[in-house]
Amino acid sequence: MKLREDQIERYSRQIILPNVGGKGQEKLLNAKVLIIGAGGLGSPCALYLASAGIGKIGIVDSDKVELNNLQRQILHSNSNVGKTKVESAKERMTGINPDVEVITYNLRLTSENILDIIRNYDIIVDGSDNFPTRYLVNDACVISRKPLSHGGIFRFDGQAITILPHQSACYRCLFPEPPLPGLVPSCQEAGILGAVAGIIGTIQANEALKYILEIGNLLAGKLLVFNALDSSFRQVKVPKDPKCQICGESPTVTKLIDYEEFCSLKKIKEE
Amino acid sequence: MAIKVRVPAPLQKLTKNQSEIQANGTNIKELIDDLERNFPGIKGRICDETGKVRRFINIYVNEEDVRFLQQDQTLLEDGDEVSIIPAIAGGR
Repeated sequence: MKLREDQIERYSRQIILPNVGGKGQEKLLNAKVLIIGAGGLGSPCALYLASAGIGKIGIVDSDKVELNNLQRQILHSNSNVGKTKVESAKERMTGINPDVEVITYNLRLTSENILDIIRNYDIIVDGSDNFPTRYLVNDACVISRKPLSHGGIFRFDGQAITILPHQSACYRCLFPEPPLPGLVPSCQEAGILGAVAGIIGTIQANEALKYILEIGNLLAGKLLVFNALDSSFRQVKVPKDPKCQICGESPTVTKLIDYEEFCSLKKIKEE
Repeated sequence: MAIKVRVPAPLQKLTKNQSEIQANGTNIKELIDDLERNFPGIKGRICDETGKVRRFINIYVNEEDVRFLQQDQTLLEDGDEVSIIPAIAGGR
């Protein structure tokens, strides 16, 4: 693959980096990244990955743009309120960089569709907003051996970890099971400052870029913990858990679980 | 023994909005009981009915997860920093 004149110009500031170069740029242009969620985390991530010239970016979201999203979801604009988030995202990303092929998935991920979708990508970025999706994405990535950048935010706290299935700890090694519904408030109930989402989503973009470029050290086996009020970044160790239910020595989770359904079914049974 | 404890956002309602508090204990179990004395209700958020740390919350001594040390028997020394880190799912 030969870079065109306009590509050399567009990407010049990253091509001149010693560990990127023309070769690195070609890797980016040939890379395929799936972003789950076109929201607070997915927005900055999608913008930076599109700008950097990732060749193919898939984006998954089932929602429409609402006015109350615009305080933090910087992919979307006022004129796109009411449009699907994936269409709005595509418009913005291709507006920045026509080199990028954007594939839209206007749907909710389930145990039925996720494996078929992630199959087509080199790395997955999880910017979803609920535990059932996060565990589904983790399990699907472990089963499919797809690297995963996980990010989460809650009020002024943020977390990020990169998962290299069967090499480094997965999300279940870190937190074996999701909390029961209602025990932990979701972002919607909790509130969030846009910049906090921006910081964590940008870290996820950076992890994806490093993975594709094969440079630096990923947040694999390490959880990055950010606190916006102290402006503190800390890292804690996350060993691979030999007892992990999905990537341990004798896994008990052998097929994908739709937690929400599971929980609501359980509720119905109890009633 | 003074141990600095970092409290995550979801539990800060119980600690009068403090993100860092001082607590005492020679191990994690004692530390949690000490937290409960000063901030009633916090133990029930961290531990389940049987007293075990919930599976979506981790406790770290400095950078190490106590699940991979001696769980709630993990010893604490003066100057150790304990972090309570729950799973958080927000992203929108």
